[in-house]
Amino acid sequence: MDGSAARQVDYQALVLDYVRSPDQDAARPVRHPVVIVGAGPVGLTAAIDLAQQGVPVVLLDEDDRLSTGSRAICFAKRTLEIWDRLGCGERMVETGVTWNLGKVFFRDEPVYSFNLLPEAGHRRPAFVNLQQYYAEGFLLERARALANIDLRWKNRVTGLETGPEGIALTVETPEGEYRLGCDWLVAADGARSPTRRAMGLESRGRSFRDRFLIADIRLEAEAAAAFPTERWFWFDPPFHPGQSVLLHRQPDGVWRIDFQLGWEADPVAERQPERVIPRIQALLGRDTRFTLEWVSVYTFACLRMERFRHGRVLFAGDAAHGVSPFGARGANSGIQDAENLAWKLRLVLAGQAPEGLLDSYDAERVLAAEENIRNSTRSTDFITPKNEASRAFRDATLDLARDCGFARSLVNSGRLSLPSTYRDSPLNTPDTDAFLGAMLPGAPAADAPVRRQGEPGWLLASLGGSGFTGLCFGDGGALPPARLEALRGLARGAVPVQPLLVLPPGAAAAEWPGIACIEDSEGLLARRYDATPGTFYLLRPDQHVAARWRQFDPALVRAALARAIGQG
Amino acid sequence: MLNTELNLAAPDDVYEALVALHRDLTPAQSRLVNARLILLLANHIGDAEVLRQAMARARAGIEPEGRDDTPQVVA
Ligand SMILES: Cc1cc2nc3c(=O)[nH]c(=O)nc-3n(C[C@H](O)[C@H](O)[C@H](O)COP(=O)(O)OP(=O)(O)OC[C@H]3O[C@@H](n4cnc5c(N)ncnc54)[C@H](O)[C@@H]3O)c2cc1C
Repeated sequence: MDGSAARQVDYQALVLDYVRSPDQDAARPVRHPVVIVGAGPVGLTAAIDLAQQGVPVVLLDEDDRLSTGSRAICFAKRTLEIWDRLGCGERMVETGVTWNLGKVFFRDEPVYSFNLLPEAGHRRPAFVNLQQYYAEGFLLERARALANIDLRWKNRVTGLETGPEGIALTVETPEGEYRLGCDWLVAADGARSPTRRAMGLESRGRSFRDRFLIADIRLEAEAAAAFPTERWFWFDPPFHPGQSVLLHRQPDGVWRIDFQLGWEADPVAERQPERVIPRIQALLGRDTRFTLEWVSVYTFACLRMERFRHGRVLFAGDAAHGVSPFGARGANSGIQDAENLAWKLRLVLAGQAPEGLLDSYDAERVLAAEENIRNSTRSTDFITPKNEASRAFRDATLDLARDCGFARSLVNSGRLSLPSTYRDSPLNTPDTDAFLGAMLPGAPAADAPVRRQGEPGWLLASLGGSGFTGLCFGDGGALPPARLEALRGLARGAVPVQPLLVLPPGAAAAEWPGIACIEDSEGLLARRYDATPGTFYLLRPDQHVAARWRQFDPALVRAALARAIGQG
Repeated sequence: MLNTELNLAAPDDVYEALVALHRDLTPAQSRLVNARLILLLANHIGDAEVLRQAMARARAGIEPEGRDDTPQVVA
């Protein structure tokens, strides 16, 4: 796991050079189709997704460094799948620490453990832990490989004027100000979002009256061996009575420890090594040798903007919403914002979809943010009881969890990030045929092992980078010529749908020009999609289900496609 | 529907047992026992709608006089 080439770059120390852009010398403000403000994980992901789909992007960041200190570490399965599509998932997983198991302790006893990915047959694990600077570093390297991303460090957006025709920006650089125009602005400029402020908008919600000490420490290998690669969460442990503690492993022998401190704690004093070290020793034992990498004290809030689309400005990531870190839903949900937005913006820019398609970005991601906030708020309420009665319920739940199955389900040390199903999205075509299982319209497509041209692979990796897919389940026999022609016809539409034929386990690979085939090598694909021969799924470019039928009918597919691109 | 008519064969026995449950406990211990009891009963009843009706009935007529750490609204 250790010693990969990635270690040769110290991403925390990397200084990203300001380079003068020709735009700064232009006589009149240069106009670009898309400007993204903020090169955090969300802005970088959005830029790569757009650029990979052929949309040129200008990405502005006021800083010249990647993320520093203790920020995101847990990156979820869906995020990894998105990054796979963007060509940088493998590095994240190679460098990251893979984990699926969580354990909860009450006082000094284990009460509950959970497996976040209890079934086999998925390419990616439930989570990898990876310091945010690695994630950003790998995204940055991917972005640099794309010629149509124009990344400008030390470019701070200081002013913007919005209009129905476009946006005018004022950008400050070490060499002075310049003006820039764009058709669409993606505001991925973080929790304090200057764009949001400049537009007089707010992100509203609730802040929790509690403080958390977050320490990243480096442990020597011997000491680290005592802790498995699992998420460990203690309520009221003997080494930190009355509060909670979370322990997580990261790459490079670094461990993240969160200590709940209570509202009264002094955030400045608590950061001092003479306070921090004894707390860590109480957990690890007096003789354990470690070094402090980074220490900070946080308070958390759950909040969001009312709308994420404001005309030609689209808010994404922390700019649009914020959660407490206990479900690892911050960056993970922001990455899903980025991918939800990218294909819609591409179609609108290409004139292939009406601008109204972008309202579905708002509708889908606002609902997702609500779901994330609801989960995060509930976890924080469990971890930080609000009064004596809620503490009694919390402790009673933990007591009962030892021997009552139902109580284990109530223990809430963080409901970890899962992608949202856009259940009632206007882009969905509601089912008319009966289906079981989770792959309902709006759901993110589940992965499954497949075989492609004899080689083992994965469904999601077979879906292509940026278009719609028509997943067509066959019975292994020959397809009638008319059906083949209809499938090929889908790929020739203005907004193409690439057919992907699924053959049952053991079926001989078929050769039909223009139609890719995969073998459902373990039968899991048909099971996960409740598919029978003839079943057809229309998948969006972001791999969410748009529609499904028991039989392929090109007219229905075309109608569902129109709906999925906002023409329905 | 929450049943508010008598549903116990020996109501006095049950009431006595509830009181006895708390004998010699501190207020904090009692609170914990009550919390466990409510959780066990809630799970046994299982019907979220009935539970909501019971919660509403339990809370009816009580004007809040305390304060807690319910998160503050921020912008
Ligand atoms: C302790 C902690 C633990 C966390 N753990 C997790 C976790 O495990 N999993 C998870 O998913 N999330 C986690 N998060 C949340 C995660 O860090 C954030 O959700 C994530 O960084 C948001 O990404 P972003 O790109 O939206 O914003 P940011 O990362 O904040 O990036 C915004 C960017 O915008 C730039 N910018 C700002 N203003 C301007 C301007 N005027 N002009 C140009 N550029 C500008 C900034 O320089 C910055 O680079 C955690 C957060 C904390 C604090």
